[in-house]
Amino acid sequence: MNLLLPLQIELEIMINANSACEQLFPLGFNLMSSGDMVYGEAETHQGIVALLGTINSAPIGVDLAFALAGKVLEIIQNHPQMPIIILVDTQGQNLSRRDELLGNAGYLAHLSMCFELARMRGHKLISIVYKEAVSGGYLALGMIADRSFALESAQIRVMALSAMSRIMQIPLERLEELCASSPIFGPGANNYVVLGALDGVLTNDLASPIEQALSQSEQLDRRAKLGLERGGRTLAFEVINSVINTHV
Amino acid sequence: MERNTMRLENISGLYESSARERISLILDTASFQEILPPSRRISSPHLKTLGMPIAFDDGIVIGEGLLEGGKVFCAAQEPGFMGGSVGEVHGAKLTGLLERAAIEKPAAVILILDTGGVRLHEANAGLIAISEIQRALFKARSMGVVVIAISAGSNGIYGGIGIVARCCDYVLITEQGRLSVSGPEVIESQKGVEEFDARDKALVWRTMGGKHRYLQNEAQAYTKDSIENIRATIAAYFGKPVPLSLEELLRQHKSLGQRLEKFRDCTDALDIWAKMGIQNPDQIPGLDDESFIAIANRVRDHD
Repeated sequence: MNLLLPLQIELEIMINANSACEQLFPLGFNLMSSGDMVYGEAETHQGIVALLGTINSAPIGVDLAFALAGKVLEIIQNHPQMPIIILVDTQGQNLSRRDELLGNAGYLAHLSMCFELARMRGHKLISIVYKEAVSGGYLALGMIADRSFALESAQIRVMALSAMSRIMQIPLERLEELCASSPIFGPGANNYVVLGALDGVLTNDLASPIEQALSQSEQLDRRAKLGLERGGRTLAFEVINSVINTHV
Repeated sequence: MERNTMRLENISGLYESSARERISLILDTASFQEILPPSRRISSPHLKTLGMPIAFDDGIVIGEGLLEGGKVFCAAQEPGFMGGSVGEVHGAKLTGLLERAAIEKPAAVILILDTGGVRLHEANAGLIAISEIQRALFKARSMGVVVIAISAGSNGIYGGIGIVARCCDYVLITEQGRLSVSGPEVIESQKGVEEFDARDKALVWRTMGGKHRYLQNEAQAYTKDSIENIRATIAAYFGKPVPLSLEELLRQHKSLGQRLEKFRDCTDALDIWAKMGIQNPDQIPGLDDESFIAIANRVRDHD
């Protein structure tokens, strides 16, 4: 019984990534896993797309970042311009001495640069947080996309509120109060929509928004503008533009 | 724009200086022109809401100037304000500078980084801001602009900005500089003191410090913390952008793969240094800059 337990857990988690894909890609998909990495392909009305992501709320350390980067480079070389759908489930960068010793910053940066290269070479990048996205892991894996989504049940955060309260020395009750009035502090996919980082939260129909995103070819970073339009970030867009336009 | 005419004759390096001092020291005398200076009073609305102290530059100084006569853009995080952390305005200033660089194509963009990463008081906005900085950095690089990150300050470079620093063309580090994603305190608080004893300064330095990062090529340049050396190192990178090309990333992929292969079982920097062929690894932390550089350049992973 004890021997079976880890397998059952893994199966259940795979079903989570799989069940998300079942709803995202009703025309069919094929998802494989290797450790905490998943990869494969899916059919859409606009052709075949590549799938790449993580499961098990994976902490992203040097080995996983390297494996993911290798897959991105494979897609670039073997499937020119094929859109890449990034399936995000990460608890963040791996908090470990070994990963920092080996240079996790370099591995996570490399993963980001591989995605950027894919974008430059005509691959559309769409990220979907189907379960969890935290901090540095999300930065390197999903936030880099042209279009970003999250499932309604997904968790997105920098840090748990309780830990923030400890470090900031602000009582938890006060932070909870602030969360109710501002999208800035608290966890939650909707906050990331208001701040402009997500194009939307996927509720009933998961497939159509993805098809729609695939039909767009806009690659500009629109997040600061969206953050302003949605009222979540009132200064970022204006500050960026005044820096660009200041006359020397 | 405000022309900076401050002269600093008694400071020899970057470690203990402020953001404005650092820029004045690095650039040609009186050449710096600040963009969105404190007189514009652009500060964090979120810190205000929390009743926290604010800064009229939100902890980052940005602008243009000259280095060895070449036009450069420069940004410096203020180590003394909220640990150099990135909030909405702070991040937007850096994003704007990099976007401006993509248009104006200066000889280089110099990022004097000194930060713990996301400002927790603006958590979500800070994380998004770092992602925007990263996108703008890629834009500048894709236009052939050389972007150089410097780690020579008391906070080190941590969090998402550690990732951003490694997305630059080059990282320049000093012995006192540090570069990582998760800091020792964060690892200790989440995983326990057995995983990382944050009070063990020798451990912190040999795991994340300038010497180790240079040896393993997480930093491409190591210099003494002297203005002259740092200026010369930056100027040597003018006109040498690292292309964001398939060929280059395949090369980096191979090199990162070899690092994993070779050092995957190492648990301490001392093991890594020994495997690199350093005969007395335990002496590395105590070496002066010149002796260290001589040894490092014989064994380090670079091409």
